[in-house]
Amino acid sequence: MNIHEFQAKELFRRYAVPVPQGVACASMEEAVDAAKQMFDNGSRVVVIKSQIHAGGRGKGVFEDGFKGGVQLCKSLEDVRHNVSLMLNRRLITKQTGSEGRVVRRLLAEIGSVIRKELYLAILLDRKLSRPVMIASTEGGMEIEEVAAQTPERIVREVIDPAVGMQPHQARNLAQQLGMKGDLVPQAVKLMLGVYRVFWECDASLVEINPLIISEESGGKNQLMALDGKITFDDNGLFRHPDIRSMRDLAEEAPLEVEASKFELNYIKLDGNIACMVNGAGLAMATMDIIKHYGGAPANFLDVGGGASRDQVTAAFKIILADSHVKGILVNIFGGIMKCDVIAEGIIAAVKEVGLKLPLVVRLEGTNVSLGKKILNDSGLALLSADSLSEAAEKIVSAVKEKAHHDGHRKQPVRQTH
Amino acid sequence: MSILVTAETRVLVQGITGKAGAFHARQCLDYGTRIVAGVTPGRGGELFEGKVPVFDTVAEAVRQTGACASVIFVPAPFAADAILEGVNAGLELVVCITEGIPANDMIRVKRAMEGRKTRLIGPNCPGIITPGDGKDSKGGCKIGIMPGYIHKPGPVGVVSRSGTLTYEAVWQLTSLGIGQSTCIGIGGDPVNGTSHLDAIRMFAEDPQTSAIMMIGEIGGTAEEDAAEWIKQHCRKPVAAFIAGATAPPGRRMGHAGAIISGGKGTAAEKIAALRVAGIAVAPTPSDMGATLAKLL
Repeated sequence: MNIHEFQAKELFRRYAVPVPQGVACASMEEAVDAAKQMFDNGSRVVVIKSQIHAGGRGKGVFEDGFKGGVQLCKSLEDVRHNVSLMLNRRLITKQTGSEGRVVRRLLAEIGSVIRKELYLAILLDRKLSRPVMIASTEGGMEIEEVAAQTPERIVREVIDPAVGMQPHQARNLAQQLGMKGDLVPQAVKLMLGVYRVFWECDASLVEINPLIISEESGGKNQLMALDGKITFDDNGLFRHPDIRSMRDLAEEAPLEVEASKFELNYIKLDGNIACMVNGAGLAMATMDIIKHYGGAPANFLDVGGGASRDQVTAAFKIILADSHVKGILVNIFGGIMKCDVIAEGIIAAVKEVGLKLPLVVRLEGTNVSLGKKILNDSGLALLSADSLSEAAEKIVSAVKEKAHHDGHRKQPVRQTH
Repeated sequence: MSILVTAETRVLVQGITGKAGAFHARQCLDYGTRIVAGVTPGRGGELFEGKVPVFDTVAEAVRQTGACASVIFVPAPFAADAILEGVNAGLELVVCITEGIPANDMIRVKRAMEGRKTRLIGPNCPGIITPGDGKDSKGGCKIGIMPGYIHKPGPVGVVSRSGTLTYEAVWQLTSLGIGQSTCIGIGGDPVNGTSHLDAIRMFAEDPQTSAIMMIGEIGGTAEEDAAEWIKQHCRKPVAAFIAGATAPPGRRMGHAGAIISGGKGTAAEKIAALRVAGIAVAPTPSDMGATLAKLL
């Protein structure tokens, strides 16, 4: 699960990780009120930041051509002007795809005087099965780019989960980032706080980019998180109802939200052949083989190891709700899940939602002959296949033929997110 | 021979009175697995299916029955504790089927298992099976949730991160008349007990195994690590398939560990590394069996 920047910063505050003072706003009035207070308290610049679950906001462009999802405002006039061009508009960044995301909230923050931009993150090192904190002097850049071009500028500390992150590890990182004097204890406090966010909140990634050294009144240096991105381990959310309540359904694809209600694992893609499969590995492999035979998968859908008839029906409705779908491939390897149960689910679903598209069903495994018999006796116009390759070939050619008959032109390429 | 488990392996089931635990314990018993005990706290003294004694703790079950392996079906919030209970009772093998265990719990578990003798398989996996030579491969040792009848005893060691995709591969092999020494599902989580490499090392040393099938997927570098070792040390032929060539970056494809992050862990990268190591990579999931058959 992902959360917004303003929510990440709320969590940072709880763990004593310094962040700029800011207010999340959902309307012009709220933004102007917040900005007015900041200006009244002596702030020269108020920053208005679009809140969407995607990176690249600063360089993003709004649907009507207005440039920049992050705006610096020097007056209330500026604030009003920018907010009117940002709020409830679609922001397109390199991570959103061409359809962009609607900006439903803005974060108004006191502008900081930036002396230096750094990078800090903590995530799981899968090879070591331990958390690793990563830092770099190259803040504000994508870390992948830094890793590719100047890997020597990335430093790391692997954390022993038996004892947690130790202050000396934070001092090591601070020293390698070139920090001196008062900045070192600040870094220790901040890094240990970031570690606690990661560990205690069951995060899978906490990323601060940029982490800044700002100039405060009197010329004092202050280390703080200018941005914040937190991704949570979905498996750990049961322990954190407060974090779970930060989920923003508006940021997720509607069909994916619907699928999650039925405990179905669905990810929308940009092709036109829907697939319904049991098991994540087999579902990925099914997408791959559709592509291999010249088709394009419309989704990833894992109905799980023990799907019920109702889940199969729900799964069918969800894949058919994607208007770009021109054909369906069902691939089930019955182990725990019996093929006859799947067959009945398919029939129930088709009877309920109707079927106007080519459907290829490939069943294998437990009770396969009974499953095939149920499908054959149903009188439904479906094609059956014995192997995975036969199934993929059949659905790809059925979709192509249908497109030919319907005289449809090629679908425009769409982006997924 | 085989790796890790044989028809003689004495197995206990943690969570034997739960729905999934009871169902699969029955299936394993029917296959011929020597299920000698069940564990459910608070249910000690009962008999499962009228024959398998249930204990309150794993330690007690081990003392009373001599079990040396366990299979875990307890719900995710309690699974880390269940694994460590097996470790602390001195089991040789713990197979954790449970899906949805928080990554941080597994990080702790792995740390606590350092220097201990127990091998963990999983979590979030179908388990391990050494096929027997009875009808539908019965009479072997099935510790997990895979359908037993798709297997056949023989020379191929199978290791996979996935469940049903493994069944697909095994079924293709069996349909071609090629049997399996042992099949291990290592699970789809980012932190697991046994890696591809661990399993392949064991297969490389197992006299019954003459070829290896590795089924991987996007995310992490477990397949690359195995490929590197295979290139240097493995004299047995290896076939492979990597799922997820069409998966979009940044999305978790069902398995918690199946994610391309920061441009890393793509199928293309993995396939390239496997090819460099001389591994035969199946072009589609339909060719997994045939790709291996060519190596025999």
